[in-house]
Amino acid sequence: MTDAAISVRDLRVSFSGKEVVHGLSFDIPRGGTLALVGESGSGKSVTSLAIMGLLPQGIGRATGEITFGGRNLLGLSERDMCRIRGGEISMIFQEPMTSLNPVQRVGDQLAEVIRLHRGLSGAELEEAVLEMMRKVRIPAPEKRLRQYPHTFSGGMRQRIMIAMALACSPSLIIADEPTTALDVTVQAQTLQLLKDLQQETGAAVLFITHDMGVVAEVADEVLVMRHGKVIEHGAVHDVFSSPRDPYTADLIRAAPTLAGARPEARPAPEPLPGGALPAAAEAGGAGAPVLEVRDLKVRFPVHGGLLGRVQGNVHAVENVSLSIARGETLGLVGESGSGKSTIGKAIIDLAPRQGGEIRIAGQRIDYRDRASLAAMRRKVQMIFQDPYGSLDARQSVGSAILEPMLVHGLAKGAEAQERMAWLMEKVGLDPARAGSLPHEFSGGQRQRICIARALAMEPELIIADEAVSALDVSIKGQIIDLMIGLQEELGVSYLFVSHDMSAVERICDRVAVMYFGEIVEIGPTPEVIRQPGHPYTRRLLSAIPITHPDQRGSRTPILTEDKPTSPIKPVGFQSPPAQWGRLGSDHFVRCEA
Amino acid sequence: MTDMAHPPAAPAKRRARLGLLRRLNLSTWIGLVIVVALVLAAIFAPWLTEYSPSKQNILHQLSPPGDGHLLGTDQYGRDIWARLLYGARYSLTIGILAIVAAMIVGTFLGMIAGFLGGRTDIVLMQVMDVILAFPALILGLALVALIGATMGNIIIAIAFTATPAFARIARAGVMTQRDREYAQACRALGFSGPRILFRHIMPAILPEVMVMSSLWMATAVRTEASLAFIGLGLAPPTPTWGGMVREGYDNILSSFHLALAPSIAILLLVLAFNLIGDGLRDVVDPRLKDAS
Repeated sequence: MTDAAISVRDLRVSFSGKEVVHGLSFDIPRGGTLALVGESGSGKSVTSLAIMGLLPQGIGRATGEITFGGRNLLGLSERDMCRIRGGEISMIFQEPMTSLNPVQRVGDQLAEVIRLHRGLSGAELEEAVLEMMRKVRIPAPEKRLRQYPHTFSGGMRQRIMIAMALACSPSLIIADEPTTALDVTVQAQTLQLLKDLQQETGAAVLFITHDMGVVAEVADEVLVMRHGKVIEHGAVHDVFSSPRDPYTADLIRAAPTLAGARPEARPAPEPLPGGALPAAAEAGGAGAPVLEVRDLKVRFPVHGGLLGRVQGNVHAVENVSLSIARGETLGLVGESGSGKSTIGKAIIDLAPRQGGEIRIAGQRIDYRDRASLAAMRRKVQMIFQDPYGSLDARQSVGSAILEPMLVHGLAKGAEAQERMAWLMEKVGLDPARAGSLPHEFSGGQRQRICIARALAMEPELIIADEAVSALDVSIKGQIIDLMIGLQEELGVSYLFVSHDMSAVERICDRVAVMYFGEIVEIGPTPEVIRQPGHPYTRRLLSAIPITHPDQRGSRTPILTEDKPTSPIKPVGFQSPPAQWGRLGSDHFVRCEA
Repeated sequence: MTDMAHPPAAPAKRRARLGLLRRLNLSTWIGLVIVVALVLAAIFAPWLTEYSPSKQNILHQLSPPGDGHLLGTDQYGRDIWARLLYGARYSLTIGILAIVAAMIVGTFLGMIAGFLGGRTDIVLMQVMDVILAFPALILGLALVALIGATMGNIIIAIAFTATPAFARIARAGVMTQRDREYAQACRALGFSGPRILFRHIMPAILPEVMVMSSLWMATAVRTEASLAFIGLGLAPPTPTWGGMVREGYDNILSSFHLALAPSIAILLLVLAFNLIGDGLRDVVDPRLKDAS
């Protein structure tokens, strides 16, 4: 193995005597990419820290052998490691938002890395910085150089991070979940860029991720870790075609399947007479819909100038109309900032509404009337993204489930206790653990508690705001199954807000695609995914990673540069009425002018 | 994190409570021991000395330590040890009660300001800022001069000066907790404002407030002693530590122990409260809390 860029033998990492990585061995050849796959707690990030020599001092200890450039990294002094870090090995982190210093110009931060490791200065240095920015395709680098990170979008910041990592032509790049915090379309761009640059420089890449779709896109070799042990290691084709371990198979299955197929292009439909979305066609089922939203508008004022006057409005949600039938699940998909979460919040009065009408079970909600508000609160419940954050850390889970019943007077005393135990059982938890605090449960169990708490109110509609997005793949499936099971048994409807297409595919009957505060397409899930009508839907779907490495090259993401429009509009701006066209019996798409 | 063993509920809870005691560091322990010792000394003063704190004895004026009087006597022949023991009652009562009062009022106002925001917040916090702009001693002095130097009034005056500190810390705490997801979840569940504020948010900010109160008790003890020193404390025969320092000051060249003994007592108590506060702050610090 003389051509290996890095070679790891029997790496063991322990924290305060407790071993968390149990004997890991791998090689990455020059120009090769190894994907290290695992869920939280699998030890994948710890491995990368061990290679970088960044384990917490005095607590973390690594043994074994990490051969890099003819030396064993574990035997090097901190001073020697400093020279290697950032120079010969560099790292790209998950959070581009926090990995850049907010009070330093982007150009200066990039220049610092180059100066430190390449010793350039003056005009030479600036030229090197510009070259790096051009390499990662930052538009107008001469201007961007002097700007601060907050003026950069998430994708651009991650590209700057990549530029920093590549600045000194490292022979190994460690990318720790580099695209997890990015939208799919941005992720597709970033992955493409990484691949191009890797080919150009011949660097080896250790790609740490939990997403098998990303693995299928980029990896040559795959190493699956669980609880600090290697459970599968092989070439990417072999692992995807015939996984040996059932856990690997689970991970592969969790990738979105419908979206894996190449979306069929369809001709744009003719606008319907009148152009408006027909109300009757919005809901799938018969009978009165549980939720009806008509022309909902949410705007946030933008203050500016010396006196802090309102200079414009962020049009977070613009003329959104939708409805959900009893026992139905409507998915709301879109990228960050598309307004999908805001719709859910506006419905339950966590965000202001500037217009529109909301009806729950046929009754119009008057948000200024206490009785009407209270009625809405009983019928509509919400589950949040972060189950730990949405539970009171000091309240036992039993009392968290009991409290809404007691507050709203739905049950009292022994009856409430009984109902609480019943709810815990319903969501798959042992009622004997009602006295435990939230931190004693795992992430998936906490989300079950949140579901039980929402169900305590016997709601007709549950708004699930990215409810499974933060969960590990294997747990995500269980929570989705639980939600589907509860829906069948209790007849509750869901508004499922998510950016995660695999989850949407599994649980949603219909899906609405959001783009800059507006719905651009709405229809039955399989139809929208297989035959998207709107150009944005097509772009969104094309960016979703492939499900098998064999599909590489079969689907090219439709790439566009940065934001085409701004959601910030001047005061008094009225958006033109939407023109809708029909694609199927209840599949509608916006016709662009 | 996801797959940790789950011990049954009850022992885990007990362990959490014990854990706080075990996590207390050395400085907190030293501070606690000193404060408890002083409280016991104040309570059991009659058993610890045979002398009365106010009985004068012309025959034994300014006698040095030892010789029947553990710490000697002052210019009226009163036993200094006895005066110290009985004086602890006043210093401790004033220090603790004033801060408890300030904590309750300040925390309440700060929580309301932080939770409601808007105009309520502006008005309440402007008032607090005005109070805070005065040095505590000057403000206390002015208040005591205005309403008279009784025990209750001194407590009120010191509480008044300490209130803004609690209001500020409570407001800041509430404002960060208010927008957390669990508080939003409570609103989504239709809980009323007061319920969210007092049932769910308050427990989260109380540890910080507790730390603050311990640090401010030290300040309160000092303020009380300073007021007594400049003659605005409890009226003379009452043995207060600040008053004793003032009386000892007149004879500082001949019998320096008169001022030294109460000074050391003040120092000990202030130091103890500060040690507790600093130690608790380290324990409560959220950055350390998540480390496990």
